[in-house]
Amino acid sequence: MIIFDFVPMWALILGLAVFFYVLLDGFDLGVGILYNFATTSADRNLLMNSIAPIWDGNETWLVLGGLGLLAAFPLAFAIILPAVYFPILVMLLALIFRGVAFEFRFRDAELRTFWDHAFGYGSVIATFAQGIVLGAFIQGFQVDGRHFSGSSFDCFTAFSLFTGLALVFGYGLLGSGWLILKTEGALQDQARRHARICFHGTLAAVGIVSLWTPFLDHDIEQRWFSWPDIGILAPVPSLTALFAVLEWRAIANPKAEFGPFLYAVLLFSLSYLGIAISLFPMIVPHHYSLWQAASSPDTQIFLGVGTLFLLPVILVYTGWSYWVFRGKVRADIGYH
Amino acid sequence: MTLDPLVLSRLQFAWVIAWHILLPALTVGLASYIALLEGIWFATGNEIWFRISGFWTRIFAVGFGMGVVSGVVMPFQFGTNWSRFSDATANIISPMLAYEGIMAFTLEAGFLGVMLFGRHLVPRWAHFSSAVLVALGTLFSTFWILVTNSWMQTPGGYRLVNGIFYPTSWREILFSASFPYRFMHTVAGFYVTTGFVVLGVAASLLWKGKSREESRLMLSMTLWLLTALVPLQIFLGDLQGLNTLHHQPAKLAAIEAHWNREARAPLTLFAIPDQQAETNRDAIEVPLLGSLILTHDVDGVVPGLKDYPRQDRAPVIIPFFAFRIMVGVGLLMLALVAAGLWLRWRRKLYNTGWFLEALKWATPLGFVAVVAGWTTTEVGRQPWTVYGVMRTAQSVTPSLTGSDVLISLLCYVTVYCVMFPAGLWLALRIVRGGVLPEEATPVEAGRPAAPVKPVPGEAA
Repeated sequence: MIIFDFVPMWALILGLAVFFYVLLDGFDLGVGILYNFATTSADRNLLMNSIAPIWDGNETWLVLGGLGLLAAFPLAFAIILPAVYFPILVMLLALIFRGVAFEFRFRDAELRTFWDHAFGYGSVIATFAQGIVLGAFIQGFQVDGRHFSGSSFDCFTAFSLFTGLALVFGYGLLGSGWLILKTEGALQDQARRHARICFHGTLAAVGIVSLWTPFLDHDIEQRWFSWPDIGILAPVPSLTALFAVLEWRAIANPKAEFGPFLYAVLLFSLSYLGIAISLFPMIVPHHYSLWQAASSPDTQIFLGVGTLFLLPVILVYTGWSYWVFRGKVRADIGYH
Repeated sequence: MTLDPLVLSRLQFAWVIAWHILLPALTVGLASYIALLEGIWFATGNEIWFRISGFWTRIFAVGFGMGVVSGVVMPFQFGTNWSRFSDATANIISPMLAYEGIMAFTLEAGFLGVMLFGRHLVPRWAHFSSAVLVALGTLFSTFWILVTNSWMQTPGGYRLVNGIFYPTSWREILFSASFPYRFMHTVAGFYVTTGFVVLGVAASLLWKGKSREESRLMLSMTLWLLTALVPLQIFLGDLQGLNTLHHQPAKLAAIEAHWNREARAPLTLFAIPDQQAETNRDAIEVPLLGSLILTHDVDGVVPGLKDYPRQDRAPVIIPFFAFRIMVGVGLLMLALVAAGLWLRWRRKLYNTGWFLEALKWATPLGFVAVVAGWTTTEVGRQPWTVYGVMRTAQSVTPSLTGSDVLISLLCYVTVYCVMFPAGLWLALRIVRGGVLPEEATPVEAGRPAAPVKPVPGEAA
């Protein structure tokens, strides 16, 4: 029997699934965050319609990410989820409110203001909760054997609250990039103003988190600030700086319609890569590596066969549904 | 009183899944129904079918949206509240749940956008295909969830090492002993549920004289479908009963509140089962019928709860009554379908007041049966999560305190109590609007040059 190590493949698939989720639901949660600042009902319609046909597709990646973790690294799933019990609860409830708001807002004129708030606040709260999960994950958990052994409130720390805030700015930046792409005229100008604010917030947050994490964790400090790693990893901060400059110029340039979204995506990619580099090869920081937490090889093969076949198919038809709804969002298509 | 995280976690799971299952019960059936309507429209070119499909698509959208958000909650429950179960069984059940995600969830979500908003953006063959793919997605979803559930009910194809399950045969895991019966019984149940919703809506529109032509078509077509489906469902339910007798006798004994193993057993129509005293109070029994129905043989032996240690018995009273509610609803449905056949033969189907009124009231019957059936099978499985192998008490997350779970349970209760009534109210509002005439303006091919109104809503 040939022994083949499927763990790196699964780490990659899971990493991509979570990353797709962060990008895709990131921009539509971001649109939801900016929704709070829309001034007229017509603008709110356009904002919502810019994501109405695709939001539930985007949210499926959350399920795929969660189930991917269960399937590939079940021990990590069984330790991490109890550790972030309340942020997960808050995120799910906020996503419920924001998800049903799409249909309800357009069909329920009497309670429209209520559903406006459900959508806007729901997006902010879900994002903030996801940021707390991220921060708690980077900090690590108290583990006893195969279980989380801390309290359900351990995940609320200064660091995790800060990453929560950071993600609100980050998703706001993605959302405003999407809106610059999908809208025109005054609404696009407004999106550019929002993009500028979110850009400053995101940049400051990325900087602070990058400096904070090495202080939290000696291993992370070693990885980034010891020779020769510092040379090998230098492209990550350098490219981040480059894309930050390009993003800044694209937001300021009224002709650049795709640039703000593109560079925001690239900034996210590098931040994500940075976190992955900091933690690799641990999936439960300080306790279990990817290999220790992996499911049985039989499980990984059985799921791998279908996944490798289906993932490209999913990407093709996801692409198709984006293609059908391409171009500027119009007042007459979608809910109104 | 101390708060027990185990009991509260069970309540929480029951709460979120009982509400969630209502939505697939509707959307699985509606997706197939819409695909069927669009298929007839595509084949005949008669716009009435497209109008009807447009009407149901708007109701489907409300149900599907709520199904997605309440469904996203479900996999996270495994991690937050049942982490030891997840750790132990992930090697087996995680691919099933993940396959549901990558086959079904993405298929539905990918084509739903086109189905809802693309009525005027894509040619009719593409729209019909999207409807078929969404329907297929809902069936895949049902398949994988029931594969998982059936394995928990009748586990096979595994070996146990240090408390962790490892797969030995995927064939035995996928097609566990109860799976084929559970799958057919559930899908038929979802179709019947949808059927009664369509009947109820058509009846109330007819009653008010709205969308006459469309309502008659809906009523007639659905009644024919149910004439086949309701008896079929009763037959499939009987098969699943035989399967339970064979593979989960303790569960069957709990469902029947049957304490002593015996041949020529009576059927208990009604009783107050007393778990402590191991007996039934105020029982109404029919001699011999128990053996006849459960084993298809008057001399057949029906298992008794006393065959099993006390700690291995389900809380009898819940599956006992849930099962009786389900069967009662089934018989009521059969009576309604029979009455429909008779009225059709007398050519009075569309203008018999009492029948239309009865159909209106029968709209939620399917949901009652689905929840009762699900309760029967899930509570009947207790005290196990993996039947006979892993106990529910060993499955719960060890770090949780009673107050943690009480907080989360109260949050879920509050939010669902806002969300579900709101969804129902909106669906009723769409129903009251009736079938809209402008729902039949599809494009022939490509994108329309002039702005058109997609999925007309009555608000705004």
